[in-house]
Amino acid sequence: MKTDNNLFISCEQAKYICDKNQYGDASIIEVIKLNIRLIYCKATRAYSKKNTKLTNVIKTSNLQTLSSSKKKDMKNQLHKKLSK
Amino acid sequence: MSINTINPDTWVDKYSDYLFNFTIVRVNDKEIAQDLVQETFFAGLKSMKNFKGEASERTWLISILKRKIIDHYRKINSNKGKAEVRINYTSDGETEGDWLEERVADPFDQNAESEIENKELGVAIHNCIGKLPEKQAQIFKMKTIEGFDTEAICNVFDITASNLWVIIHRARTAMAECLEKNWF
Repeated sequence: MKTDNNLFISCEQAKYICDKNQYGDASIIEVIKLNIRLIYCKATRAYSKKNTKLTNVIKTSNLQTLSSSKKKDMKNQLHKKLSK
Repeated sequence: MSINTINPDTWVDKYSDYLFNFTIVRVNDKEIAQDLVQETFFAGLKSMKNFKGEASERTWLISILKRKIIDHYRKINSNKGKAEVRINYTSDGETEGDWLEERVADPFDQNAESEIENKELGVAIHNCIGKLPEKQAQIFKMKTIEGFDTEAICNVFDITASNLWVIIHRARTAMAECLEKNWF
């Protein structure tokens, strides 16, 4: 989804920028556009609030995942056992 | 009558992260947790015949994993002397009063309760991730938890950036809804 030059963006575009912003991937202009929309759009505000909450929750939970190499290793070993 | 079927090929992709988080809460060591998860898969493979299909695959694996964790604690506790508390405070000049320092509460430390809560939250989040479609779950995990670049993920899955953001958007919406129900 491309955001055009207009400072006023649609709700869909706002959500798109908001998602990007959660990962710090939105450009400054995009953030400005988002903030303008946030001033007058209730739906965007609600979405933004929810989105930030989700990000914070994931951050505080300190989630761990197995590395992909470890997973591959596990898969290989499982296969070995399976073929026996 | 078996409703649930078993398919070991998908185990690692589907359950390893969930099992891993479940374990790490309980044993507090990454290496040990990895080993336990691996052992669980092996044990599951061995007793596949006994799977009756009454529970879901994941529940079944978790019940094996719980045994493995108990076994692990049994093993480390049978190493004699490990459970003993050693006290070697002496009352000679310099080290006197060391025990006092050790017992001072650290106000900046997180309290036990919030720590437990955080760990359970991790399991809850993985629970929700498990409900996402597989591709969404993978991309969401890579982007959010492992913190990969957008470009790197796009290359791996062969999708465009806007494609990625749409997937992330759907995943986030589903996650927020799921956590809203189960956590907040």
